[in-house]
Amino acid sequence: MATHLPPKPAPQYSEATAGGMAGAHHDRPRGLMRWVLTTNHKEIGTLYLIFSLTMFFIGGIFAMVVRAELFQPGLQLVQPEFFNQMTTMHGLIMVFGAVMPAFVGLANWMVPLQVGAPDMALPRLNNFSFWLLPVAFTLLLATLFMPGGGPDFGWTFYAPLSTTYAPPSTTFFIFSLHLAGISSILGAINIIATILNLRAPGMRMMDMPLFVWTWLITAFLLIAVMPVLAGVITMMLLDINFGTSFFNAAGGGDPVLFQHLFWFFGHPEVYIMILPAFGIVSVIIPTFARKRLFGYASMVYATASIAILSFLVWAHHMFIVGLPLVAELFFMYTTMLIAVPTGVKVFNWIATLFQGSITFEPPMLFALAFVVLFTIGGFSGLMLAIAPADFQYHDTYFVVAHFHYVLVPGAVFAIMAGVYYWLPKWTGHYPHLRLAQWHFWLSVIGVNLTFFPMHFSGLAGMPRRIPDYALQFADFNMVTSLGAFLFGASQLLFVAVVILCIRGGEKAPAQAWEGAEDLEWTVPSPAPLHTFDTPPDFKPDQP
Amino acid sequence: MSGGSYYVPASSKWPILGSLALGAMMVGAGTVLVYGVAGTPVMVIGLVGILVVMTLWFRDVIRESRRGLYNDQMDRSFRWGMGWFIFSEVMFFAAFFGTLFYVRTFALPWLDGEGAKGVTALLWPDFTASWPLMNPPGSEIQGPKETFSPWHLPLVNTLILVSSSITLTVAHEGLKEGYRGTVRHWLTGTVLLGLVFITIQGFEYYEAYTHYGITLQAGIYGATFFLLTGFHGLHVIIGTIILIAILGRVLRGHFSANDHFGFEAAAWYWHFVDAVWIGLFLFVYVF
Repeated sequence: MATHLPPKPAPQYSEATAGGMAGAHHDRPRGLMRWVLTTNHKEIGTLYLIFSLTMFFIGGIFAMVVRAELFQPGLQLVQPEFFNQMTTMHGLIMVFGAVMPAFVGLANWMVPLQVGAPDMALPRLNNFSFWLLPVAFTLLLATLFMPGGGPDFGWTFYAPLSTTYAPPSTTFFIFSLHLAGISSILGAINIIATILNLRAPGMRMMDMPLFVWTWLITAFLLIAVMPVLAGVITMMLLDINFGTSFFNAAGGGDPVLFQHLFWFFGHPEVYIMILPAFGIVSVIIPTFARKRLFGYASMVYATASIAILSFLVWAHHMFIVGLPLVAELFFMYTTMLIAVPTGVKVFNWIATLFQGSITFEPPMLFALAFVVLFTIGGFSGLMLAIAPADFQYHDTYFVVAHFHYVLVPGAVFAIMAGVYYWLPKWTGHYPHLRLAQWHFWLSVIGVNLTFFPMHFSGLAGMPRRIPDYALQFADFNMVTSLGAFLFGASQLLFVAVVILCIRGGEKAPAQAWEGAEDLEWTVPSPAPLHTFDTPPDFKPDQP
Repeated sequence: MSGGSYYVPASSKWPILGSLALGAMMVGAGTVLVYGVAGTPVMVIGLVGILVVMTLWFRDVIRESRRGLYNDQMDRSFRWGMGWFIFSEVMFFAAFFGTLFYVRTFALPWLDGEGAKGVTALLWPDFTASWPLMNPPGSEIQGPKETFSPWHLPLVNTLILVSSSITLTVAHEGLKEGYRGTVRHWLTGTVLLGLVFITIQGFEYYEAYTHYGITLQAGIYGATFFLLTGFHGLHVIIGTIILIAILGRVLRGHFSANDHFGFEAAAWYWHFVDAVWIGLFLFVYVF
């Protein structure tokens, strides 16, 4: 942390404006109602982040239950029925409750600051998007206490497991997912409108920080596929409660249709969870390498290519379901094609590091771990993309290893990198360096201990979503469980760092990181409640 | 908010009340479906709550707009917002049309033994694929007795909806030219056409259940028929309510020749609903 220097001159804010704004809000509600009724993008961003962290721990506890049961072969702690509910809820909570809201929270905080906007384009709608989430997830968690238990069919809720053979609470699960989906769509509309309409005068699209670019494309994906999810769960609802035959072959429907519709949503959803992570890493690496991002334009085009391709690869999740050969080939090749733009990104990050004067502050540590570990997840994805090979890997722990590598040291590490990067802007303090470093190293060790052995147990044939397993997998599973406990426990450090940082710590200047260049570093740290009431003068670095 | 050029509303209670109402409606609806009528009061309270919140929220927006708090940039935000919302609706219907095409092109022929997936034909060896599917493979599921001719009520409904798009456009042109009488009359006409469409559709549903044997339970034909026409019908009802609200605003003298995005947004929505119907008419009724 010794590397940060005094702020660059001429921060683009004025005390007079900030003071005037405070005066205009003498009627602001205080206490709890201030947060409930707020229309301020920073407060709503904070709400999203707190919500996401809460869900991260709830989903994490479910994962701990799963790993405790799998610590040794045989059934020790929970019944298989409950085990299935734990794996299902872990997935649902982490995807829809932890990762997605965390990125939306970061977007709420940082997109207006990075494009020089006074707030999000539609502030009341913004608050609505947030408050749908606690309602949705209270309902989802409540299903665990309903007769017959909560969702137990895996987070992908394939029909007929989720229709014909599902617990009665599935109807509530569907409604909770509807609420979360509405929240995502409205949030995405808001982000798109903000980016397209509220940029500071002079900021062209190709001047936007990559976090803004990746979120623009992510928001497009959200608006395109969340309605498809809404459609497919509505069809489930009708099959369960009104006797329709969408996923019932006896009536002329097809359970495979469910999988097509789900993955038409689900694969872009995967990129919804990783594109903003790319954006965060693309902002952090140049800052701490003290170099411009290598290949800015190619980063933008690569992100757009990934987004477009994501609509053409969904059936690679379904290679063994009995697709026609031509479909197997088509989806295998399109999937492999995604490696090209992703490779461009990894190459650009490494080229940015090349000959940079690199320092290793906590955000940079997480960003570098992201590049290495996400790439491992990318490579195992490439292995899974090979249709004939996937016949062997499908539904094994190899798949679990793959998507956890892209989601945990991928998406989650990027979120943590972003939090460490922007905490000085949010709180006015630097995060505690030693604790953050402990958090980082314990997390890296924990993550690899947890997920690396899964590759081996998976290749050896251990199926996913089972509460018990053959003795030959015992050693790998014990290592995995120990790693999971370590990773889970070390996240308490993260909470400690965040709380300490809010309460105090080394004061951060407006320009908290020496190499940071975007607009958010021109406003004071902590950022006042209202920023950019008059749009800043944006001067592109290159004409 | 003062100072800035962009209007950022002060705190508002509608978002939280809206989420709670929506949550209540869904909890109530779920309870009705799973545990019986006990959930009805919660569902009704939720539904009424949503309607009240929407009314009051839009009232706030209209008041702010009338007070001149919005500038051109705000107008563009509303345009982007409405445009992307309609895109999300397009994708919602795309899922349902995709279902229809998938079932007709792949699922049913495969059940009949066609192609590399002919193994599924072993399930019901006597099954013959056809569309409309009158004979679902499983004997426990009763197919429809008869299907609608597209050239009677569906054609009438097509003409009604297409006409309503035209009348709405005439009203819009009238607004732009400042002929307020034209706006009133042609907008009223559009609303009436919408109501006639809904009535005819209701009559068709009645016929479907009582005489044609087309029900939700009548295999995949009934399921897709009601999924597509049902959600479309719901959108027509919503669109008509929106147009009635806009008509109310016109009668109160809202909107000017060059500042009337509320009207335009309603018109976009109505044209979208009309376009979906064209797809429905072609692929649900004709082909």
